[in-house]
Amino acid sequence: MSAVMKHRLFWPLVVLLALILLNTVSRPSFVRITVHDGRLYGSLIDILRNSAPLMLVALGMTLVIATRGIDLSVGAIMAVSGAVALTIIQDSGDPANPAVLAVAIGTAVGAGLVCGLWNGFLISVLGIQPIIATLVLMLAGRGIALLITGGFITTINSDPYKFMAQGYVLGLPFAFYVSLVAIAIVALIERRTALGMLTEAVGINPEASRLAGVRARGIIWGAYAASGLLAGFAGILYSSNIMAADANAAGLYIELDAILAVVLGGTSLAGGTFSIAGTVVGAFTIQTLKSTITFLGVPPAVTPVFMAAVVVVVVLVQSRRFRRFMGRLPARLRTWTSRTPDGAEAAS
Amino acid sequence: MENALPLVQVTGATVRFQSDTALDDVDFRMFAGEVHSLMGENGAGKSTLIKALTGALPLDAGVITLDGRTVQFATPHDAQLAGISTVYQEIDLLPNLTVAENIALGREPRGRLGSIDWPAMRRLAREALADLGLDIDPASVLATHPLAVQQLVAIARAISTDVKVLVLDEPTSSLDFDEVAELFRVIRELKSRGVAILFVSHFLDQVYEICDRITVLRNGRLVGEYLTTELLRIDLVQKMLGRSAAALAARPRLDGYEDPDPSVTLSARGVTVLPGIADADLDLVEGEVLGVAGLLGSGRSELARALTGVDRLEAGIIRIDGQATRLSSPRRALSVGVVYSSENRRTEGLIGELSVLENITLALQAQRGILRRIRSARQRELAASWVEALDIRPPDIDRPVGTLSGGNQQKVLLARLLALSPRVIVLDEPTRGIDVGAKVEIQNLVGELADTGLSVVFISAELEEVLRVGTRVAILQNGRVVDVLPSDGLTTDSLLALVARPEEDES
Repeated sequence: MSAVMKHRLFWPLVVLLALILLNTVSRPSFVRITVHDGRLYGSLIDILRNSAPLMLVALGMTLVIATRGIDLSVGAIMAVSGAVALTIIQDSGDPANPAVLAVAIGTAVGAGLVCGLWNGFLISVLGIQPIIATLVLMLAGRGIALLITGGFITTINSDPYKFMAQGYVLGLPFAFYVSLVAIAIVALIERRTALGMLTEAVGINPEASRLAGVRARGIIWGAYAASGLLAGFAGILYSSNIMAADANAAGLYIELDAILAVVLGGTSLAGGTFSIAGTVVGAFTIQTLKSTITFLGVPPAVTPVFMAAVVVVVVLVQSRRFRRFMGRLPARLRTWTSRTPDGAEAAS
Repeated sequence: MENALPLVQVTGATVRFQSDTALDDVDFRMFAGEVHSLMGENGAGKSTLIKALTGALPLDAGVITLDGRTVQFATPHDAQLAGISTVYQEIDLLPNLTVAENIALGREPRGRLGSIDWPAMRRLAREALADLGLDIDPASVLATHPLAVQQLVAIARAISTDVKVLVLDEPTSSLDFDEVAELFRVIRELKSRGVAILFVSHFLDQVYEICDRITVLRNGRLVGEYLTTELLRIDLVQKMLGRSAAALAARPRLDGYEDPDPSVTLSARGVTVLPGIADADLDLVEGEVLGVAGLLGSGRSELARALTGVDRLEAGIIRIDGQATRLSSPRRALSVGVVYSSENRRTEGLIGELSVLENITLALQAQRGILRRIRSARQRELAASWVEALDIRPPDIDRPVGTLSGGNQQKVLLARLLALSPRVIVLDEPTRGIDVGAKVEIQNLVGELADTGLSVVFISAELEEVLRVGTRVAILQNGRVVDVLPSDGLTTDSLLALVARPEEDES
């Protein structure tokens, strides 16, 4: 049992299951899954579907955080990617043509990759602190997106495009498959090659890694490029969901959700050892938390407060130090009360 | 002063880490106004006892009394409030703050409204430094001072509180002769004020010079407490190691063996990286250990870094097997078989949170590239064979390397470099801060490596060690190699005279 409890995924999973349990108790229909036309419906399925953009962004964020960095620009990159894709589709005049869609998606994801390469250049070559370097695109990116859409919210009508976020394959949402494929590719690249270990080495001790002959610059640059690329895909999914490119709303605050998902998954912001599986659980936890808020009927005005309170509890439950502190609390209270004001020690 | 009652009394101290007992029922005492030394090999429990005494680690059993009162420290801060201050081996100051801020950190003098009283803080710092006889501007940034001065600032910080017990953990490992003398003057001053000083050092000379009493630990148990004047050195070493001193003798060198045609593997001409080294020449022969001796600031580490591609050359040329080679990065140097082990094991050597396995395979994997990952089974086999070959303890390749003792960490670093099958290995202070037993092991290992044809550059501040390990000794002064001599004709004293002789005028 203690071996199970010591597993790094134990507490993240406990938190996720507790959230699902909370919802189920307050409203049993939460876990109900129904079948219509061979498709599954229900709150849990919604979570699988809606978590896809966050999942992609959080995967990229995991790699960046492992190098001891941070990427604040992911939300803005989503906006750029959505704007590029929808502008190309709208301008083509043939929104259902697969070739047009392929070009649009390819260009949009390419734009995300370019944004990531820019971040990586600032950080790994010019040596700018990650939080400052990515702040540039975080602010400028939405401006670029507005420039691309000409200041409007571009909307399109394209069934194949809509399919990506809203379609179903074999009874499950297509977006969920996108998540799965992304998780599999990232996990394979990190753990089947030496990239994962070298990334951890660079994140923990960049100078020692350099002296050991690790190409620290390339690894850091690559992490930001991957983050930009994944944010590009997330931007496609987001715009496909609302069938519009909204430069101001696309991916707003998703960088914070993604950072939180990574931390909930047990990866330290101080860099170093990371867990892809942890991030996956973390992203599902955040999405479940958002559904919980809707499901429990929390008034929109107090949503941020509710979210913040839950996050504090969740983070505390996962903190080993806090758990140890709580475990020792009774003993501490006893010694504290036994210290009388005149300094006499009570017999122990 | 009443000396009958100890100031600090530790009884039955026991600390366990899971199944390992790091400290087993140890008694320890210190009197006011004495300098006490704690001796033992790595893993003997010295650090554990210090940590328990200074509140960094809780005791599983046992009692600590201070001034006759039972005390329990939950944090180092509690211990400090009670009058127990510590200066650790790895300087734990903040390099980006000023000297004054470092000295006053955590107990800054407050003005009205709780704001920091800067003039008072600088005054406090200046007084603390004056106590040590140091002339350092309290407003200067700490990082602008050399390591030795930073160490003295750390001590100034420790004694500027109302200190009863001062713990100095390897305080002299980065100080030169004059600075050690300066430190000893301060220690004697504090001693005369009735402070109990715990002086932990692996320099036996210094222990015998400054300490009144010695407590010896071995394998987490107390061996005994002795007056320094009544304990012969040879007995001390025996008690620390639990084996006879004869077993400690260094591996005999192959006398009279002279390669008929010594081939030069690495030759450096006019190597310059200012301000550390200027116009240094060096030839390294196959299968030799070249000792490098020089005072602090003579450019020892800078030379090592220049030879191994860590710092870029501003001028000069390096030839490997007669071929001019530009070592533009450590990666490039590694690829031609020139490897470097830094004097700063933790910051520039090991990846603390990664396992022994990952640390050993890191450089080899980096050479192979990201895509050609070494198979897991092969990685384990490789790491296990190095752990066995170098006798790394505990022999657990999945353990985070940061939890190993200093000597074993050094061996892991060596394993990483040796796994690359290098031709030239540059070791900068490989035995710093590690105990006598591991030190001899590493010295012997260096000799064995040279016997297999490897060229070794061995840098150490301890002249005796340079002589013992090196077949030849290069003498550094002001960033230049002024002499290269065979070590057979040298004694520690004659080498010291060469190293410390005043600079000759160009003639």
